[in-house]
Amino acid sequence: MTHLDDTSTATTSSTPGADAERLPSFATTGTRATRFLGIATLVAMGWLVLFGLVLSPADVNQGESVRFFYIHAPTIWVAYNSFVVTAFSSGAYLFTKKHSLGWDRLAGASAEIGVVFVALTLLTGALWGRLTWGIFWQWDARLTTTALLFATYIGYLAVRRLGGSHHQRAKRSAVLGLLSVLLIPLVHWSVLIWRSLHQEATVLDVDGDADIDGIMLFSILVGVVAFSLFYVWFVLHRTRMLAMEDLIEERGLDAALDARRAEAVEGIEASRADETPVGDGGPS
Amino acid sequence: MILALFEDAGFILTGYIVTFLAVGALAWRVIRSGRNLAKQIPDDEKYWT
Repeated sequence: MTHLDDTSTATTSSTPGADAERLPSFATTGTRATRFLGIATLVAMGWLVLFGLVLSPADVNQGESVRFFYIHAPTIWVAYNSFVVTAFSSGAYLFTKKHSLGWDRLAGASAEIGVVFVALTLLTGALWGRLTWGIFWQWDARLTTTALLFATYIGYLAVRRLGGSHHQRAKRSAVLGLLSVLLIPLVHWSVLIWRSLHQEATVLDVDGDADIDGIMLFSILVGVVAFSLFYVWFVLHRTRMLAMEDLIEERGLDAALDARRAEAVEGIEASRADETPVGDGGPS
Repeated sequence: MILALFEDAGFILTGYIVTFLAVGALAWRVIRSGRNLAKQIPDDEKYWT
């Protein structure tokens, strides 16, 4: 993450002619802003390790396993936010006049990082469950709905990879993005709706009062900042990558169409040549 | 070490290590793929330049 503005891969000098001006000298998706974000993310991650593993005390009830909380809770919150951004961008694509593919790319990039964060939530939750409950997994309401959320967004990403034009991809994934986000309230309130082994909300409580010690709350906030910074950094890079992928795909399609047109023109010219009389010197 | 005092340090460290490895691997992949793609596109078509 420290070489985001590397321009050493420039290769403009070796190609003669006007094409040389078109070749990239800026061969990266990074900018000064993303480099700053990357460094800030690294610093925040360092703080998270320091507070999560060293400075934060053990919990009265959960003991040392409370340290999972500083990763487990922030990753699912940032995942929720990622999926809300996906839904918002999907709506923006569908309901704005321009139907900009930029919204579609933002939706896709945000869902990708959201899926990674949900996977990390499930993993840290399983390890936490092993220490606290004695088992890695239980078909509990919160765990099951979170697994369903994970599977749903894996499906969303799979739908994005189906064939068709960019706008076809954008339309069908936008509809799915708007529907999938409805799972989030179900996941979050599953501990209230059903009897659950999972504890109820500690920080995002219904009464808005965080039932947690000050340094533990600060450690969670450090986790939220660290993963949020990484989210922004990732989405900026990934949307730029998706834009380039779309461009390369379009060019490949254009090149293939040009080749087919050229073949067709050659075929027509060849058939005309065949129909032309061989000579003018026939018997009069 | 302070960590050696933790009863369940193995599980906790595994959780932290896997998390940061996943984040690092994702970041690495994005940077590498981004560079490879950016080599194929002229600068004037990169809206961030």
